[in-house]
Amino acid sequence: MNLLWLQSGGCGGCTLSWLGVEGMPLFATLADEGIEILWHPSLSEASAAEALALIGACADGSRPLDMLCVEGSLLRGPNGSGRFHMLSGTGESMISWVRALASRARHVVAVGSCAAYGGVTAAGVNPADACGLQYDGDTLGGLLGAEFRAGGGLPVINIAGCPTHPDWVNETLIALSRGSMTREDLDDFGRPRFYAGQLVHHGCPRNEFYEFKASADKPSDQGCLMEHLGCKGTQAHADCNLRLWNGSGSCLRGGYACIRCTDPGFEEPGHPFAVTPKIAGIPIGLPTDMPKAWFIALAALSKSATPSRVRENATADHILRAPSVKKPGR
Amino acid sequence: MTRLVVGPFNRVEGDLEVTLDIDAGAVRSAQVNSPMYRGFEQILQGKAPADALVFVPRICGICSVAQSAAAAQALATAMGLVPPRNGRLAANLTLATENLADHLTHFYLFFMPDFARTAYRNRPWFADAEPRFRALTGTAGNEILPPRTAFMHLMGLLAGKWPHTLALQPGGSSRPLQASEKIRLYRQLREFRGFLERTLFGDTLEAIVSLDSCAALENWSDARPPQASDFRRFLGIAGDLGLARLGRARDSFISYGSYPQADGESRLFPSGVWDGGRHAMNSADIREDVSHAWYAQAEAPQHPAQGSTVPLVDKPGAYSWCKAPRWQGRVVETGALARQVVAGQPLLRALVEADGGNVMSRVVARLIEIARVLPEMEAWARELEPGEPYCVVGEMPQEASGEGLVEAARGALGHWLSVRRGRIHSYQIVAPTTWNFSPRDAQGIPGALEQALVGAPVEDGEDAPLAVQHIVRSFDPCMVCTVH
Repeated sequence: MNLLWLQSGGCGGCTLSWLGVEGMPLFATLADEGIEILWHPSLSEASAAEALALIGACADGSRPLDMLCVEGSLLRGPNGSGRFHMLSGTGESMISWVRALASRARHVVAVGSCAAYGGVTAAGVNPADACGLQYDGDTLGGLLGAEFRAGGGLPVINIAGCPTHPDWVNETLIALSRGSMTREDLDDFGRPRFYAGQLVHHGCPRNEFYEFKASADKPSDQGCLMEHLGCKGTQAHADCNLRLWNGSGSCLRGGYACIRCTDPGFEEPGHPFAVTPKIAGIPIGLPTDMPKAWFIALAALSKSATPSRVRENATADHILRAPSVKKPGR
Repeated sequence: MTRLVVGPFNRVEGDLEVTLDIDAGAVRSAQVNSPMYRGFEQILQGKAPADALVFVPRICGICSVAQSAAAAQALATAMGLVPPRNGRLAANLTLATENLADHLTHFYLFFMPDFARTAYRNRPWFADAEPRFRALTGTAGNEILPPRTAFMHLMGLLAGKWPHTLALQPGGSSRPLQASEKIRLYRQLREFRGFLERTLFGDTLEAIVSLDSCAALENWSDARPPQASDFRRFLGIAGDLGLARLGRARDSFISYGSYPQADGESRLFPSGVWDGGRHAMNSADIREDVSHAWYAQAEAPQHPAQGSTVPLVDKPGAYSWCKAPRWQGRVVETGALARQVVAGQPLLRALVEADGGNVMSRVVARLIEIARVLPEMEAWARELEPGEPYCVVGEMPQEASGEGLVEAARGALGHWLSVRRGRIHSYQIVAPTTWNFSPRDAQGIPGALEQALVGAPVEDGEDAPLAVQHIVRSFDPCMVCTVH
């Protein structure tokens, strides 16, 4: 299986994250799985004319292309011309290159939320008219259109995340190269279910604080970040607290809110990111698959039952009171 | 005179196109084009000020923490906040981790693979360098990725993840490291030191830092076989190819200064401008010229606090999405070399005195900086005091302005924020590569890279001249920052 990687309206962060994969080094892993990088803008030797010859051969079909990976959003502006990103050395817009290459590729992979849905580049007034490969925010369509299917029969595979976890990328590419990924393995937004079938809440180390609604007031507090500080972990589709980032991390473990970066439209939450929007003191964004009345009732109950240990620790930056130790037999 | 357009320019961060006018085997004139526009400054207008912490790291996946640090500082100055000691130390550690990882990635994955090109097959070092530095399949890439990954575990501890953390806050850090984590952090630093000393340098960091003159560097190199370490390999190649005579710009260097110290004022690497003598760096002396960039233009170049970003794709005479920042109207270069020369690092002062800023001195500066900063990180990790505060909070006034000046791996990064009625009214960013890869200004003066390329040799039949590639990559450009 060969792979061509292009970058457009994004930050390159998914590539940088990818380089940090644990275990066997990235290049050795890919080689071991029989994945050959035809060209990657950050990693390959070929520059300029050599690279263009290769990209051109993939675009005109004279060189078979197995996997097209696109990182970064697709910039349609100004006025649909795509001139906000001209692929250098070609005088042509990146979006025209991506259209041509996608029509030839066996699989098309959006690496990161920008390439999947538009991402942060589509925020605010969306100056560059950014969109994803097959989505414009949460609406099917995007650059390639709702009906697009790659040569292998799958729609665009959206490895959403800002950035992507290195394993999400590797495990997707490996499954594709082994032919083991099917339409059923993708969720409603085209994301591989192996990671998007979890919630960021799963495995959150602040879970005891969540259970008792013992909340953090400010950054560096140990309590739950949902009630005041904007955390969307209970609604966000990803396995960040099961898989962990850079060894032992995650957003929650870093002390800051999950901003739901694997979901389309996360860049415009409609409120400041680090503040939980509330009505009558109750957060609007409650867990998606739980009746609200029940949640509120349970929250009220658990709040009244909060152990003082949990309450005190929630607003401190280190453990003030450890769990009590019971001697055996008493 | 023939014209050559070189692009896509890979192994730089982001997309880049260079147009060369060539005559008699050398570049006579160069135009550097950043061919992408995303519009972060427009996106930020109207947002809640603290939302900048979400958006600006996503300008760049390789200098993400530097962008965070600049935003946190701009917000902190607007709010009148001073982070507590632990917050300062954690921020320094986080920024240093990114800077060092960037230097390492640049050296091994972006810069050195060019010496594995078959065009160099007749050089005496090729048989060794080719299998070592070859892109994707060389031994060095697979050898350095695991220690790089292990080093980035610091980010897991300090910042939750990398890139795109929200741990750096105006009032400090959201991640209070505890006593056992402090030990883990220190052990990770020592592990990385071991890799650097074994593989990159082949000597102790202290010995590398103590090289204080051109002669000392030569003696160090001569005392070792050419394959003793990757630094030694580079010195051998650089000597053979004359990289010290390649890519000289104007030898004026700017640094905003990096790593705040306990007094809150001074920095480990102080700010300044060096052009053979040292000048104070006052950010009031900065202007952004957009005469050759695709943006609407004010009557005169603006200070970033007054600047604007209005794209104008059909503007006559423009050829880049990069603006042209100038200090006191002058073209200046920024990066690790600038930082170390301004800070008075003896070896880099000596190298610049001898041959100016060039391909070799820029690369040496990054490696020396790695050796210089890691011991500081070890000290900062020991200075953390678990139990003491990591973060303070404050209110953003309805009307305020702030400035954040930091050093990314690639050099001087500035954010200018103004808040009106509680919302972001204006947010202007001047990134390191904006300085280095700027287009011409209203006076027609080319930017630092454009100057550095003049005179670069071009062999017959070269469609992407190797000398040009070495020069471009010696700046470690980050185009996605440039064209935020």
